[in-house]
Amino acid sequence: MPILTADMSAGTLVEWRKKPGDALKRGDIVALVETDKGLIDIEVFTPGVLEKIVVQPGATVPTGTVLAIIRDEAPTGAPPVPAAPPPPAPSPVGPAPAPVAPGPAGRLRISPLARKLAAELGVDPATVRGTGVGGAIRREDIEQAAAARAAAPVEKPRADRSARLRQAIGAAMARSKREIPHYYLATTIDMHPAMTWLTEENLKCSVPDRLLYGVLFIKAVALALKEVPELNSVWRGSEPVRSEAIHVGVAISLRGGGLVAPALHDTAGQSLRDLMRQFRDLVQRARSGGLRSSELSDPTITVTSLGEQGVETVFGVIFPPQVAIAGFGKLVERPWALAGQVVARPVVTATLSADHRVSDGHRGGLFLAAVDRLLQAPALL
Amino acid sequence: MTRDEIRTTVLRTLGEIAPEADLSTLKADVSFRDQLDVDSMDLLNFVIALHAMLHVDIPEVDYPKLATLDGCVDYLAAAGAR
Repeated sequence: MPILTADMSAGTLVEWRKKPGDALKRGDIVALVETDKGLIDIEVFTPGVLEKIVVQPGATVPTGTVLAIIRDEAPTGAPPVPAAPPPPAPSPVGPAPAPVAPGPAGRLRISPLARKLAAELGVDPATVRGTGVGGAIRREDIEQAAAARAAAPVEKPRADRSARLRQAIGAAMARSKREIPHYYLATTIDMHPAMTWLTEENLKCSVPDRLLYGVLFIKAVALALKEVPELNSVWRGSEPVRSEAIHVGVAISLRGGGLVAPALHDTAGQSLRDLMRQFRDLVQRARSGGLRSSELSDPTITVTSLGEQGVETVFGVIFPPQVAIAGFGKLVERPWALAGQVVARPVVTATLSADHRVSDGHRGGLFLAAVDRLLQAPALL
Repeated sequence: MTRDEIRTTVLRTLGEIAPEADLSTLKADVSFRDQLDVDSMDLLNFVIALHAMLHVDIPEVDYPKLATLDGCVDYLAAAGAR
């Protein structure tokens, strides 16, 4: 069970998308997992063959639990798994235990030793699948059931999704405020060139291809990170590690409250139009379920844009293990002094909250200055 | 397409974009933004959906005319929704 967000402690396996014997390549979706952030598609990172499914659908397990075993590339010759994979064994303990086929007399077939052990360990033999002769329950089966139960976290009463999401956000943000010495910077950016360019661009294309100005912010942040790369780091243990790849996470508010901040992969290397398409798709999937595991675990920085709610300035709280979050407020028309004249201009307040263990205000200031400069030449974004 | 049909289409589209909203209490002359929790991405998806279903090209400068239910019906009827 991968750790998909800094605050994730457990997840529920909902469905397997692959079966034992299936060949897997990087990026394949193997399973669907339910987390506080919704239903997430779990991707594979190394090619191989799905050898064995360990965790069955319905089971909630802590992060770090082995979900399945993937073997490296299949050796040539002998088939990797029996031609007909055995039917999936029901979970030894779980929400819906498969009833054991009763013996002829309707009694459980269980050895006296196993029965005694079951009583000692508090395992109900009726929920255990026997592996002995004729399905008889053996001592090992009871031990296994007890171990599996111990591995599962204590099942809390299932609060509704938004309450759990609120809890998860609270845990991550409390950790952020406890551990990360934030510093905060803000600057006001003239958006006249960007908005003029955007209007002209959008005139040229039909409805589905039009850009939102928010995507300009995302791209500008990604390009500015090339100039101040230490802001594009993630903590690995006690070390901040600079990330080669730039995956900007975008904060997306969910209906009914809460938010997620999945990544737009390789943000700096993509055209505005491609980013826009992916951004739309990401928002839709964030709100309807169906984010991919890499999108949740990969962001190297986050952009939050609260402009829609009408605030001019937002100072974000850094999502651990990232080291910075850029914020953009509402676009407003304000008096702007230009070459000795006061003119009305659309402006936006851009902010940076960053981790003082990794960077200083001076470097943060250069980052915001770069964002400003990049937005003055939107055609180059 | 009649105005009633356009109205039905607009409401159905809104329902898909803001599924939690109670559209029966929607005021037809007050902007969606003031009544529903929608952002610019939602409104873009709204326009994209109307464009696809009603075969109307909607220039960006006209977006403000689509801010209310009444505005949508007027605009789309005049634009020849079919």
